[in-house]
Amino acid sequence: MNVLLILIPVSITLGALGLCAFLWTIRSGQYDDAEGAAARLLLDDEERCDTDPKRTRD
Amino acid sequence: MTHASACPACAAAPMAERAARHAGPPDIVLSLPGIHCAACIASVERTLRALPGVDAARVNLSLKRVAVHTSGADREGVVAALNNVGFEAHPLDMAVLDARQDHVGRALMIRMAVAGFAMMNVMLLSVAVWSGASGATRELFHLISAMISLPAVLYCGQPFFANAWNALRAGRLNMDVPISLAILLAAGMSLYEVLNGGAHAYFDAALSLTFFLLIGRYLDHRARASAHSAAKELAALEVQTAQRLGSGGATTVAVGTLAVGDRILIPAGVRVPVDGTLDSLKALSDRSFITGESAAARLSCGDAVQAGEINLGAPFEMTATAVGEDTALRRVATLVEMAENSRSSYTNLADRAAQIYAPAVHLLALFAFIGWVWISGDVRLGLNIAVAVLIITCPCALGLAVPAVATAAIARLYAMGFLVKSGTALERLAEVDLAVFDKTGTLTLSTGGRQLAHLTDSQIAVARAFAQASSHPVSRALLDALPPGTPAQLSEIEEVEGNGMQGRLGKQIVRLGRGKWLDADFDGPGLQLGAGAAIPLPLAETPRPGVAAALAGLRAQSITPRILSGDRQGAVRHMAEHLGIADMQAEVSATQKHDYLTALQSDGHRVVMVGDGLNDTAALAAAHASVAPSSALDASRNAADVVLLRDSLADFPLLISIARAATRLSKQNFAIAAAYNAIAVPVALLGYATPLIAAIAMSTSSITVLLNAMRVRRVK
Repeated sequence: MNVLLILIPVSITLGALGLCAFLWTIRSGQYDDAEGAAARLLLDDEERCDTDPKRTRD
Repeated sequence: MTHASACPACAAAPMAERAARHAGPPDIVLSLPGIHCAACIASVERTLRALPGVDAARVNLSLKRVAVHTSGADREGVVAALNNVGFEAHPLDMAVLDARQDHVGRALMIRMAVAGFAMMNVMLLSVAVWSGASGATRELFHLISAMISLPAVLYCGQPFFANAWNALRAGRLNMDVPISLAILLAAGMSLYEVLNGGAHAYFDAALSLTFFLLIGRYLDHRARASAHSAAKELAALEVQTAQRLGSGGATTVAVGTLAVGDRILIPAGVRVPVDGTLDSLKALSDRSFITGESAAARLSCGDAVQAGEINLGAPFEMTATAVGEDTALRRVATLVEMAENSRSSYTNLADRAAQIYAPAVHLLALFAFIGWVWISGDVRLGLNIAVAVLIITCPCALGLAVPAVATAAIARLYAMGFLVKSGTALERLAEVDLAVFDKTGTLTLSTGGRQLAHLTDSQIAVARAFAQASSHPVSRALLDALPPGTPAQLSEIEEVEGNGMQGRLGKQIVRLGRGKWLDADFDGPGLQLGAGAAIPLPLAETPRPGVAAALAGLRAQSITPRILSGDRQGAVRHMAEHLGIADMQAEVSATQKHDYLTALQSDGHRVVMVGDGLNDTAALAAAHASVAPSSALDASRNAADVVLLRDSLADFPLLISIARAATRLSKQNFAIAAAYNAIAVPVALLGYATPLIAAIAMSTSSITVLLNAMRVRRVK
C-alpha cells in the first residue's frame, strides 16, 4: 500500500494543475466571447495570425 | 516576441502579451447589430485596422460589439468607415457601459471550479472507502478528504452562507438556510467522525452539494447578467451630449455637466436633456413619450420645456431650470420606486417552496435526532442520522428546480427578442389574466401606404416634396405612407405656423396642411394644388406589426386586452375599433394610469402592462408584470420586467406560454424532488443511509431535474 503515498499526492497535484489552468482561462477572459472564438477558427491563417502588431483583445 | 512571425501557432501564444499592450479600456465601443459570422469579424477588424489613427480593434461576436483603441481617430470616422463596408454601427456610451462588470459571475465560476476540483479528488478517495478500504487506510483517506474539503466548503459555500445569514437576520427562512445547514453540518459531523475513527464521512456529499448548487446559482446569474448587459447597452446607445451656449457660441458638453441657468441650444430632431423654459419665440415639440399624445405641442417664449421632449421644428434655445436628478423625468423614478415596493411583496416560487421545505426538513432532522437518542441513548448515532436526513432530503434538486428552468426559458426568450430583466418576471407573467396596452408607440407605429391610394402621381410628388422638408410628426408619417417616387421640384417652401406648409410648383401655389386652413370640410391633413379643392390625406396611425396576431393569441390564452392611452379620445377609439378591443380609456394621465392599474389589481386581476412612454412608467412598475418595447424611454425600460427587442408584437403570446410552461416545469421539478424524498427520507430516518446512498440520491435527482428543465425549449 506504500504506493498510495506517491499516487495520492500525484492525483491531487494533477487535479490542482487542472484547476489552475481553468482559473487562468477565466482570468485571461477566454469565456468573454465564446461565439467569437468559435467563428475565429474559420478565419484564414493570415487574418487569424498576428502579423500585425495592432492586434488586441478587449 | 517579434511580430514578423507568420506561424499559425502564434495565434494562441501571444494572447497574454497583446492583453498587456492594450490593457486600458478601449476609446470607442461600437454596437454592430448586423455581424453574425467569421467573415464579418474579419471584415470589420480589417477595415478598422486600415484606418489611420486606429491602434487596435477587436470584435466580440457574443455581444455584437467592437472595441477600438485609437490614437487620433474620431468616432464619426470609424462609424463612417464601417458604414461604407456595409455594417450598421452605433456608438455606445462608455460611462453607461462599464466594460468589465461581471465580477459576480467570475467569482461564482471560480468557486464552481474549486468545488468541482475538490469534489473529484474526494470522490476518488470515497470510492476506495466504499469499495471496502478499512482500518488505517480508511482513516488516512478520510483525513486527506477532510484536508481538501473543509477549506473548499468554507470558500465555495460563501454565497449560500451569506444569503442564509441575511434571511435569518430578517427573520425569514429561504432555500439557502437548509442548504447552508446541510453543508456545514455534514462537513462538521464528518470531521468529528474522522477524528474519532468513525466509519462514515460525508465530505463528498458536502462538496457535491456545493458544486451542484453553484452550477444552479451560476446559471441563474448568467441568464440575468446577459439580459442586464443588453438592457445597459440600450441605454448606452443614447450618447448624452448637449449644446451649451456661451459667449463664444455653442459648445458640445456632456449632459451631466449642465447646471441650472445654462442656456442650451436644441437642434431639430434632438431630445431635450433637462427641464427649462423656452427662450426662442416659438417651438414645436413632440411630447408623445411624456404624455402619449400623438399630435405635436406648440410652445411660445417662456413656456416650460421638459426633459425627454423632442424638437420637431427649427432649432430653439432654452434656459435650464432643473438638471440631473431634479428633472421631471427623473422624479418619475421615485414614483416608480414606490410602485415597485408594492410589488416586492411578491414571493417567488423558490421561496414559497422553501417556506414549506425548510421547516419540514429541520423538524424531520430534529425528530430523527431525538428519536434515535431516545431509542439507543447514543447522541453520536442520533446526530449522524440527523445529518444523513439533512443531506439526503435533496436540497440540491430543490435548489436547481427553478434556476435551471428559468435559465433555459430566458435563453430561449432572448433568442426570440425578449429581454427578461427580472428573475421572478416569468412566474408573474404566467399568472396574468389581463393585458393593458398603451397606444402611441406601443400598439402603433407610423402609417402604412394603403390609405393614400387615391392620389395621382403628380400629387404624390408634391406631397413627398413637402413631407421631406419638415420633421413634423404628420410629415414623417406621411413620408412613410407615400408610395415610392421622386419628389416634385418645389420652390419657396415656407412653414405657415400652426397650419402647414406652402410652396410653389411652377406658377401654381401648392399647400399641405390642416383641412380648415385649406377651406375644406375635413379636419385632418390635406393637400391643395393651385385653386383646386383640397384632397384629404387620411393618415391613421397603423398598428405595430403582429398586433393582430398577438391579440388573437392572447384571447386564446384567455387574457383580455385593454387600451389605456394618454392620447385624444378619437384617435384611441379609432385604434380600439380597428383592433376589436372593447375596453379602452383615453386622455389618461400618468397618475391616472397608475391608479387604474392599482384598482384593477385590487379587484383581483393580474395585469401585464405594455407601454413605452414616461406616462406609462408608474403603471409599468405597479403592474403585476410589465413589458416595454426597445424604442421606449430609458425610464420605462428600467421599470419593465421584459424589454421587447423586435418591432413585431407577434411573439407576445409565446412569451406568456413560455412563462406558463416555465412555471409548470418548475413545479414539476419540485414534485420530482419530493418524490425522491418520499423514498430517501424513510431510508435515512431508519438509519440505513450511507454516504454512498446519499451521493447516488443527490446526483440522480439533480440530473433528472436538469433534464426536465430542458423541456422548456420545446414549448410552442
